[in-house]
Amino acid sequence: MSPCVTLITGASKGLGYRLAEHYLAQGNQVIGVSRGAGAIQHERYAHFEADVADEAAVLQLFKVIRSTWGSLDHLINNAGIASMNHAVLTPMSAVRRILATNVEGLFLFSREAAKLMRARGGRIVNLTSVAVPLKLEGEAIYAASKAAVISLTEVLARELAPLRITVNALGPGPIATDLVRGVPEKKLNEILARQAVKRMTEPKDVMHAVDFFLSADSEMITGQTLFLGGV
Amino acid sequence: MARSMEELVVQVVSELNPSLAEPVPIDRGGEAVLYGRNGVLDSIALVSLVVALEQLIDEEYGVTVALADERAVSQSSSPFRTVGTLAAYAESRVQEAKRS
Repeated sequence: MSPCVTLITGASKGLGYRLAEHYLAQGNQVIGVSRGAGAIQHERYAHFEADVADEAAVLQLFKVIRSTWGSLDHLINNAGIASMNHAVLTPMSAVRRILATNVEGLFLFSREAAKLMRARGGRIVNLTSVAVPLKLEGEAIYAASKAAVISLTEVLARELAPLRITVNALGPGPIATDLVRGVPEKKLNEILARQAVKRMTEPKDVMHAVDFFLSADSEMITGQTLFLGGV
Repeated sequence: MARSMEELVVQVVSELNPSLAEPVPIDRGGEAVLYGRNGVLDSIALVSLVVALEQLIDEEYGVTVALADERAVSQSSSPFRTVGTLAAYAESRVQEAKRS
């Protein structure tokens, strides 16, 4: 039996990198996408450099996936960027950049993945954030983009259910990656204080939940958003 | 010599027809209604048709296009309305892709 084909965006570092390693260890064929070079050397890993919101590049990428592996089983929409700033001090260039990556890119990958998955069904997992329910100050556009991810998850779940594709979202708390590097420690502690479990999210916490969504037995689990840490 | 776009549309419709409760009357050629009023395709069948056509265009012409359009589900002016409108629309997308 050929291995499951798992596509992960934002796979060159942080959580995406850890997810790629995790699914390689499980025997999957992993395809990583990021704007920069890939950091994993493995016989079952292939890396593509692309901006997730560049439609022409993404269509080309899916063409290669189709011709090389024939189908796709999992899509993990992990690529995401943030820009911590008071709303009044947020430039429109940052607004467009965040929405392009976090919303447009996620939609584009989901649309193209659904085409490849329609023959035998599939699993899409979208990364959202506790910034949505916690209404984090200083993260207006990031939180809005992640709220859009939840909305897309819920509607896509319904539109793609006839194709046996499930779509779910996972909202971790702060993880020690580049995304939170610019967030002051005091601010991080305030966020953790609002969680039921008051610690940083570890990659293994995320993988455990993603494993659940990707499981072949999770065909009845769709359109759901799972927040970690008891938010 | 590559086949015409309408021939490609007819091929994908012919391949889709056995899975439909009511087949598309493909003998009507470009006039055969696909989607919307008097059309036999539901939205999921339309998705299958469009994806199959995208793949065939890629194989036949070597051009990668997404046949997505803002008027996709419009009742009157959708490019997915008939075999003829779909072929004309797909042809325009292929020309666009070749220019860019």
